[in-house]
Amino acid sequence: MIQIEHLSKTFGAITAVEDVSLSVAEGQICILLGPSGCGKTTTLKMINRLIAPTSGTIRIAGRDTAELDSVTLKRSIGYVIQQVGLFPNMTVEDNICVVPNLLGWDKTKSRKRAAELLEVVALDPAMFLQRYPCELSGGQQQRVGVARALAADPPVMLMDEPFGAIDPINREVIQDEFMRIQRQVGKTVLFVSHDIDEAMKMADCVALFHDGRIEQFGTPDDLLAQPASEFVASFMGGDRVMKRLRLMRSVDVASQVPPRQGGSSPAQLVVKPGDDLRQVLSQLLGCGQDWALCNDSDGRFVGYVHQADILARLADHTMPRVH
Amino acid sequence: MPEFISRLSAGLERYWGDISYLSVQHLQIVAISAVLALLAALPLGVWMSRAASQRHAMACMQFLNVGQAIPKLALLALAMSFVGVGSGAAIFALWVATLLPVAVNTCEGLRAVPRHLIEAAEAMGMTPAQVLWKVEIPNAMNVIFAGIRTALAINVGTAPLAFLVGGGGLGELIFTGIDLNDFDMMLAGAVSTALLAIAVDLACGLVQNLSVSRGLRLAGRV
Repeated sequence: MIQIEHLSKTFGAITAVEDVSLSVAEGQICILLGPSGCGKTTTLKMINRLIAPTSGTIRIAGRDTAELDSVTLKRSIGYVIQQVGLFPNMTVEDNICVVPNLLGWDKTKSRKRAAELLEVVALDPAMFLQRYPCELSGGQQQRVGVARALAADPPVMLMDEPFGAIDPINREVIQDEFMRIQRQVGKTVLFVSHDIDEAMKMADCVALFHDGRIEQFGTPDDLLAQPASEFVASFMGGDRVMKRLRLMRSVDVASQVPPRQGGSSPAQLVVKPGDDLRQVLSQLLGCGQDWALCNDSDGRFVGYVHQADILARLADHTMPRVH
Repeated sequence: MPEFISRLSAGLERYWGDISYLSVQHLQIVAISAVLALLAALPLGVWMSRAASQRHAMACMQFLNVGQAIPKLALLALAMSFVGVGSGAAIFALWVATLLPVAVNTCEGLRAVPRHLIEAAEAMGMTPAQVLWKVEIPNAMNVIFAGIRTALAINVGTAPLAFLVGGGGLGELIFTGIDLNDFDMMLAGAVSTALLAIAVDLACGLVQNLSVSRGLRLAGRV
């Protein structure tokens, strides 16, 4: 869906982005991850040409964006920023209708769309359409920000640290909410973040930036299990093996092999198929057991989760990458 | 106090004809100079706020500051020496005195619009003109109006001096009253000048309330 080839940007003598290439398939979330000043935001802004690339090509759905009119291009791409950027002089409804209005949509159609989108982001249209941004909480504002970006149903969304300014508890909530929306709308999303947990949680693929270049491009598990360089390894953190556990769910390791007789105490630990393995392992260690029962929400038996199987999963990829 | 009121009512009664005639003249001078100043200063402020005109904007601001630094009476005298005696001189001087607050506030108000709002607007595909009209100006409206109100206060406050350069207006009653030691006449002029100034400010506030978005007024209160 999006192909970036040899993209570079220099500001005077400073090279902000150097020879970046990556491609993102339709419906995927690609997170541009890295410390501040690494060129990830510049890369993002070159995609809708808020910043003009110095060299390289960007193709969206096969079309070179350099051939498109810059204003037309921007109107066809959803954009969400950390500061949200809702216009304080407009109601929620008018904010959502900005792009449809620019595109000359019929008024009733765009108003209907605004109400629909508020439903999508789980805000009651009757309550929120006529409110002003200053009457919303930070989380509500960002939901409206997402709704606004979705207004003209763009196939591609660019998000610049969209949840960075939200407190950790609400950030988890809005991340989950966004994943739910994404399952519903299936956009191709490029998402800038410096939060590794956010990246591991949401990304289908991650591009880790360092000094304007991509250090590694791969799935979250690739980066955790097979860091391509010292920088990647240190950025992913010393506990990256443990972080991998969050990417796997208990159903992934549930087996039909019953625990050996005479193992740990009979007090049974029951986990759900969707629980991530970090949580499961933590519970196992906490109660000194080496296995747990995995039952689905109706209480039906799914399998046994053995501590040994979890550890075996981790051993899978922890060896250095062999070329 | 009772004496003040009785003399005021006597003055108002005696000079009612003059007051109504001179008030119109007074307001004409104010209105013409203010409208001309707005027509010049609003676009000037917008131009000064554009990133491309940063260098020239500084020079422009300095020039306007000179206009502001000169005492209004001197400004009137200077205007008279250029334009000649009459309301033209008064209008020109008031025009110069009104320019600065409007231009500076327009410029500063637009510059103070948060960068991320402009970026969001650009990223959504607004053209520069749309960004200006739909986002920048509405969000700078409070600051722009503060400038307009300041300018009008200066304008209305200076307008009584127009009489000194032959511009007429309510200053005629004040100055003549002082010269003739006619307290009633002076009072009639002074009070109507004051009432006019308050009325102009109220009217301006009303227009401000109508043109500033409710969203911004709410945000201001929080």
